[in-house]
Amino acid sequence: MSDSTAKEGGTSLWLDAWLRLRRNKLAVACLGVLVFIALLCWVGPWFTGWTETLQDRDLGAQGPSWAHWMGTDYLGRDLMTRVFFGGRISLAVGLLATLVSLVIGVTYGAVAGYAGGRVDAAMMRLVDILYGLPFIIFVILIIVTVEPLLASIAVKHPAWSFLGSPQAKLGILFLVIGAFEWLTMARIVRAQVMSLKKQEFIEAARSLGLSRSRIIFRHLIPNVLGPVIVYTTLTVPSNMLLEAVLSFLGLGVQPPFSSWGILILEGARQMEALPWLLIFPALFFSLTLFSLNFLGDGLRDALDPKSSKD
Amino acid sequence: MLRFVLSRLVQSLVVLLTIAALTFFLTRAAPGGPFAREKNASPDIIEQIKESYGLNDSAVVQFGNYLKGIVLHGDFGPSYKLEGRWVSDLIADSLPVSMQLGLSALVIALLLGVPIGILAAVKKNTPLDYLPMSLAMSGICLPTFVMGPLLSLFLGLKLGWFHAAGWYDSSDAVLPSLTLGLYYAAYIARMTRGGMLEILSQDFIRTARAKGVPETLVILRHSLKGGLVPVVAFLGPALAGMVTGSFVIENIFQIPGLGTHFIQSAANRDYLLSCGAAIVYGALLVFMNLVVDILQATLNPRLRLTE
Repeated sequence: MSDSTAKEGGTSLWLDAWLRLRRNKLAVACLGVLVFIALLCWVGPWFTGWTETLQDRDLGAQGPSWAHWMGTDYLGRDLMTRVFFGGRISLAVGLLATLVSLVIGVTYGAVAGYAGGRVDAAMMRLVDILYGLPFIIFVILIIVTVEPLLASIAVKHPAWSFLGSPQAKLGILFLVIGAFEWLTMARIVRAQVMSLKKQEFIEAARSLGLSRSRIIFRHLIPNVLGPVIVYTTLTVPSNMLLEAVLSFLGLGVQPPFSSWGILILEGARQMEALPWLLIFPALFFSLTLFSLNFLGDGLRDALDPKSSKD
Repeated sequence: MLRFVLSRLVQSLVVLLTIAALTFFLTRAAPGGPFAREKNASPDIIEQIKESYGLNDSAVVQFGNYLKGIVLHGDFGPSYKLEGRWVSDLIADSLPVSMQLGLSALVIALLLGVPIGILAAVKKNTPLDYLPMSLAMSGICLPTFVMGPLLSLFLGLKLGWFHAAGWYDSSDAVLPSLTLGLYYAAYIARMTRGGMLEILSQDFIRTARAKGVPETLVILRHSLKGGLVPVVAFLGPALAGMVTGSFVIENIFQIPGLGTHFIQSAANRDYLLSCGAAIVYGALLVFMNLVVDILQATLNPRLRLTE
């Protein structure tokens, strides 16, 4: 707020957005819930007094108790610790895959919007077509193809042995999921760039003799950034959902890692006798999706008042 | 309109061919191959099996033969893992099951979602808007793989109204279709509300009201067509999403549909079955998208002019 507008008593786009967001109690609550869940998953495992793999075989599967707040599974592992560890992976997939989606989507959308004409028409028609296709089929085929391919490279060339590691498999999962959730982002950015490059305030800024970088950083980027932030928030849950679906089908996160999707799968198999194994992971997963979606809606209203539907 | 349909038709064929090529070459890029697990077979025998399946030709020749087989005889080749079964037979057995599931889910989604969305838009900012919309939001956040087990637990095991899983009599379709349908009903309700609100705030609606058109007619005749445009546009992605959903649902409820075959074949590296299933899914969705496109062009004539 060091520029002239603030001195004259106006508010910057971001301050304005923050004030609007703060008035939306639900969105603020969701932000709080998200921070809380992320903190729990991050530092929680150090305080539960158990580790992910520690088994108390004499105990076996027990419902929630003072020693195990969310109960234990049939191997006597503390569910709460497992939910936190799984959350780390689920949240990491959500964030890192979204970063991939963000880069692809913004670049694609900006190029299409800036180029315009036939290039734009062809690029956006491709997006339309991709929208209607079963992405998951390609995701699955790529995962079952690439993983053994890398594993065979790892066996042949010792220097590349890390390619066969569980971490590498996780990395492939991030990349592949992220590579398939960029379509909406591309559409949004394209539309923004197209309308912005024609608008009068850009022309005005140019005729005032502002430098190109000042036009881009002070006028174009903030206007594109709003919707980009909104849809980034909304892409995180869809990436998390895709990870969970793949894990649920046995094609996603592999041992030794686990994720909320895997915990839900394990819980669903034993839900009649041990319902807490389904309920707690599902609760955390749904609460996270719920909060991300509402926060995204709140951000949309705050950053892009024109699109607000009320 | 005819030109529009024709250009979309040509485009659909290109898309379909691309899907076929992608899946075909992708499944062949993996090392190991379908017989890698039969460790005790001698190299000679493996060589012979490969020869008899035509796996020694170049990939492009194989793809050409494969396409020829599909187009001329509807033949997707043999399954590598399920011995003695043909992919086209497996698809013919399982596709109707998946289609029935998908269509009933779609009907549930539309019959629930559209009226709820209209109601919420008309009664904007009242309890009749907030309550269904919060429910819809929770529906979106309760993914199918949570909703499915929960429905199966309560309606199946606890209340005993339905089988918890399996595919034996006609009532077994209820829980899976409901699980899939409710999820999309939530989306469609939100989209209908958004679309209707946009139309209802426009000048021609005010004009209609000022003329004294009854509110029911304003909603049904003047707004509905325009208000449903986003819903129809959403149907394409929704159908693609339903394929994903059907993988999960068929897994939860142990339904012998195409999704089950696809997931198993991908895990087993049963190339031709994965490929066949992917192409059938692709064809189905490309066709449905064509229908949605034409429907959209009928609802919104401006779309036709951009072609």
